[in-house]
Order: sequence, then C-alpha cells, then structure tokens
Amino acid sequence: MMKTWAGRHSIDRLGALLSLVGAVSLVFLPFVVFKANRIVPGDARSLSQILALAAVLALYVILALVASTALFLRSARSRLAAALIGVAAVTLTLGAAGDALTPLGNQVVRVSPGTGFWIVLICLGLMATDAITRMRPGPGIRVLFLLVFAASAAAALASGFFDHLSVMREYEVNASRFTREARQHVFLALGSVTAAVLFAVPIGILCHRVPRLRAGTLGTLNLIQTIPSIALFGILMAPLGALAAAAPFLSDIGIRGIGTAPAVLALFLYSLLPVVANTMVGLGRVSPATVDAARGMGLTSWQVLTDIELILAFPVILTGIRIVLVQNIGLATVAALIGAGGLGVFVFQGINQTAIDLVLLGALPIVALGFSCAVLLDALVEAIQRSAR
Amino acid sequence: MIEIEALTKQYGAATVVDRVSISIASGSITVIVGTSGSGKSTLLRMINRLVEPTSGRVLINGRDTTAEPAHVLRRRIGYAIQGHGLFPHRTVAENIATVPRLLGWEAARTRARVEELLKIFQLDPDGFAGKFPHQLSGGQQQRVGVARAFAAEPTVLLMDEPFGALDPIIRAKAQDDLRDIQGRFGTTIVLVTHDIDEAFRLGDRVAVMSQGQVLQYDRPAALLTRPADPFISRLTGTGDRAMKLLSLTTAGEAAEAGEAEGPTVASAATLRDVLSDLLWSGAPAASVLRADGTPCGRLTLERILAHGRPR
Repeated sequence: MMKTWAGRHSIDRLGALLSLVGAVSLVFLPFVVFKANRIVPGDARSLSQILALAAVLALYVILALVASTALFLRSARSRLAAALIGVAAVTLTLGAAGDALTPLGNQVVRVSPGTGFWIVLICLGLMATDAITRMRPGPGIRVLFLLVFAASAAAALASGFFDHLSVMREYEVNASRFTREARQHVFLALGSVTAAVLFAVPIGILCHRVPRLRAGTLGTLNLIQTIPSIALFGILMAPLGALAAAAPFLSDIGIRGIGTAPAVLALFLYSLLPVVANTMVGLGRVSPATVDAARGMGLTSWQVLTDIELILAFPVILTGIRIVLVQNIGLATVAALIGAGGLGVFVFQGINQTAIDLVLLGALPIVALGFSCAVLLDALVEAIQRSAR
Repeated sequence: MIEIEALTKQYGAATVVDRVSISIASGSITVIVGTSGSGKSTLLRMINRLVEPTSGRVLINGRDTTAEPAHVLRRRIGYAIQGHGLFPHRTVAENIATVPRLLGWEAARTRARVEELLKIFQLDPDGFAGKFPHQLSGGQQQRVGVARAFAAEPTVLLMDEPFGALDPIIRAKAQDDLRDIQGRFGTTIVLVTHDIDEAFRLGDRVAVMSQGQVLQYDRPAALLTRPADPFISRLTGTGDRAMKLLSLTTAGEAAEAGEAEGPTVASAATLRDVLSDLLWSGAPAASVLRADGTPCGRLTLERILAHGRPR
C-alpha cells in the first residue's frame, strides 16, 4: 500500500526544500521591521503583532496550500499559478502591514520588509522560475511572461497600496531625481555597450582573419578585465582630467576627469573582451566548406563576410552582447562614485546615511533591469537560432 | 577548351604544383586523380583562382583567367566541393539561386532555372525548394550542392571530391547522374578525386598527379594498358586490371552483328557486367538490346575476352 501511495504522490524535492525554508522563515524571522524614523535602528515585528488574526490565518492557509502544491503536484502550470498566488498574498500582506503600522498622516515612521518576507518571496520566486523552466516556453512566451510580470509590478506600485512602505517613501522624496538617475543609468549601460559593439565586432573580425593578432588582442583585453572597476575609474580620471585641462573645449562637451566620460569609457573597455571573443568564436564556428563554396561561387570578400559569416555568427555575437549589457547594468552602479550619476547614487547615499531603504531604492531597479535585459536578449538569441540554423 | 600552361604554385620553398601543362577539351570530363598532398586540389583551385598561381597561366576559351577580377571569373565557373558547402541559413531554392542572383538574373528566370534543376536532380520542387539544408539527407544535400554549381549555366564546372562524403551505393548513382547531366548540358567538367575507380567511371581523360606533377594524362584505358610510370600501375592496381579494362567498354560499343541464344543485355552495360552474366548463366554469347528494345548485335565470350587484353 505504502509503495503505491508513494509512487503516485512522490514528494517533489525542490518543493520540500522551499516549503521548509519558507515555513521556518515565516515563523521565526521578522516579517516587517518598524522604525520610529529613518535612521534609528528598527525593531522586528511578527505578523500576529500587526494584523488581525483572521488576516494572518488567511495568509497561513494560502501559503500552506501553495506549499502542498509545491510538494505534491507535478503540473507546471498549477505550480506556477500557486507560486504567483503566494507572491500576491505576501506582498498584499506587506502592504497591509505598512498601513497598519503607520499612524494616519505620519510621514516619519518607516516600515521595511523584514528578512522573513524576503526569504519567503525568494522561495516563491524560485518556485515560479522552476515551474516556468519545466514548461519549456518558447522565446515569445518568455517575453510575454516578462511583460505581464512587469505590468503587474508597475500596476501594484502605482495603486498606492504600498505607499507606506519605506522604499516607496524614499521614492516619494526622490521622485524627480529617481527618473533622472534611472535614465542616466540606462544611458551609461546602453551607451557603453553600443560603443563597444561598434569597436569590438570589427576587432573580432580582424582577429578572425589575421590569426597573428589574436594572442596580443585577447591578452590586452583580458588584462583590462582583471582591473577592479573602482581602480579603472580611478586610472581613467588622471589622463582624462589632463586632457580636459589641455583642451578646454573637450571639457565643454563633457569630457572631464570625473563624470560621464570616464564612466562610459571604463564600461566600454570592460565590454570589449566578451564581444571580441564571441565574434571570433562565432566566425570560427562557420564551416570552412561553406566559406570555400561561397568564395568559389564568386561572392566577393565583403559579401562572404556580410551575407554568410556574420549572419551565421550572429547568435554567438548576440550572446556576447547580452553578457556585457547585463554586466554593465550592474557595473554602472559604481559609476556614481566618480560623479557619473545613475541609480548607484541612491545606493551609495544610502550606505553613507545607513539608510537601507535608500539602498534598496537604487538596488531593486538595477536588479530588475538586469534581469529583464537577460530574459529579453536570451529570448532574442533563441528566436534567431530557431529561425536560422 | 581549358589550356593550363606551365602552372606552378610554391608555398615558401615547397613546390605544390610543378609546371603542369594540360589541355582540356570542351564538353569533356577530365578527372585529376592522386594521393593526398599530390597537388591535385591546388591545381583545380588555380583554375578559378581560389589559389593564385606563382607562375604559368590558365586560358579558358583562349582568354587568360587573370583578365578579369577573380570573383567575376568565378561566377562563370561552377564550383562544387566535398561536404557540399551549402549555406545553412538559406533554403534549397535560395542556395541554388546564389550565382544567378549574383549575376543579376531576373527573378522569373532564376525561379524557372531552380525548378528545372530540382527536377533534373530528382528533387520535387514543391517539397524541397523551401527546405533548409539540415532537413535533407546527405545524398540530397550533395545533389543540391551540384545543382547549385550548375545553376548559372556555366560552361566550365570544377568539382573537388564532390562525392567523397557519400556511401558507395548513393555515390555510384550520383556518378551516373552526373554523367547524364553533363551530357545534357555539354558542360566541361574538371573533377578531383583520390578514388581511381571514380576516375575510371567518370573520366573521358584522367590526369594522374604525384608530387605536384602530372605523370600521365590520357584516356582511362591507356592508363591500364600503357602506364607511363610504375606509380600509375600501383595506383590502378594490377590484380584486376583486365576487369577494369572491361568495365571501360560498353556492350553497345563492342557488339558484333548477329544474333545469340543466350541472355539479353543492355547496350549501356559494361563488358565486365556482360561477362559476369555469361559466366553466371553458362551461355557462350549474349544478345545486346538498345534502350528502346531494338537489337544491336551480339557478344560472344571470346569477343569480350579480347577486350580484356592490352592491344
């Protein structure tokens, strides 16, 4: 009897782990942290201290159902639906807790998500991504998922339901700066990647055609890659500063020792190696017989490159671009330290003021941006590989 | 007519092709055969200037190949290689249309030509035109590769081990098809192979290369009966050379007037096959029929055996 039961209802291992970790976090770790004002140390609050018993029980029942789905159900769709219901339940509870803890009209108290909330959210997120992976969605469906998630998140934030949470408080105070720095962040990351692609693809082509250049080029780019980002920003300050001092018109168009110029230049340098290397690998993978046939039939050298080699290498080159775009979205954070702006401004300001909420205001959008770009470009690479093999 | 005059290729101190001079008649198949490293591929690739000669020259119909840019020259010369070299990101129809497009043919003319070639190569246009190379079998890929080489109606076609990747049964069929299609278009074909049987099967003339030089350039039968060099005897093999000689003549060519009681054979069959038939059936003679079924004479054992001796 036992054996048949186990055979039909075998326990999902990942589901068991996530359920256990989530349950322990929910019971023993603080769900929210309450602070009387922005910089005093906070004190942890558990849910039963904040919300009505019925609301807490409702959350526990929903999460118990989600956990049993994670444990026993195999259908990926049910698992995904359960995980998303769980995410909605815990975030709504968080918003309600923020409301409950904030006296009417009080702008001083701060309510932040506690470690318990974050761990439960991560468990649910893992359950959802695992379910999506099991569904093996095509590139179009993955982008659709991303859009639906992004739209839901935007709607939730715009609804005002979460406005009492500390991160949203920080956003309220910094709203105009936030938009500006977010735009600057995207500019730093995208601008440096665009410039890098314009240089790196031709360098990759050259290295592919002239094997003698390979070792030297890759060695140099590798060396740049090993310099820590802070150090590279520092190294670039001196020559760019000297350049601006020697030719004042450069400084007028924004090329100075600090600010956007050294930041874009450093991010540009970091981006070269992955794109050059992937261009070379992609071109190297094109079958020699294909290239020989193309030349033998009378395609010019340029036609062989543009009509055959680059098209066949494109998915690999795009993978390189994806790597540097995600990398630069993260690295651009550090650019705030040399006055280049970007979302890193909030991160470092928050660290200086020991205001963890301000750090989150910078960090969460950076993570979301990096994640979205990764999903989008992965989907694009796969779509291209599917259409042209 | 292709005239190769004192053609030489050196890489540093190594001479890969050494003062080769041969002349190739229009509308014939010439096979260059040799071991690997003999310089046969380099010689072929100098004809369409994929390799630029160190010295010497090539004339096609009296015109020096260096008189025009290499890519313009290559568009007039068909080119097919081992492993087909199809473009993986283009459909079968697009692959075949490569050179017509480069030459700026009108779309309708290109489409008609692609369809004609697919039919000639026994690939149903409706089923195959839109397929990608990875959706085809090895034999089909190879046929598309050869069809692509014929696409722009070239008068000269260069082939480098075109059937090297095929298994023996498909290869024999591909060789027969190539002969048929060559006869139909009157194309001058220069084909490189390391397979002496392929050379005998396809070549009107065979050039045997070793260490950069052409040791003998002759009709297949002459390579067997009058080898110019011991290397050629080793290459052709001496054990079954009489049988090889028989396989170079067809029943139609060797038949004498008269009738026979024995088995009937097709005039296109080789004497080797007829001999095998006679041994098997125990008959002393076979009657030869043309493809349309009309009699074209008889073949006695004695007459067949006479063809297996050097004359």
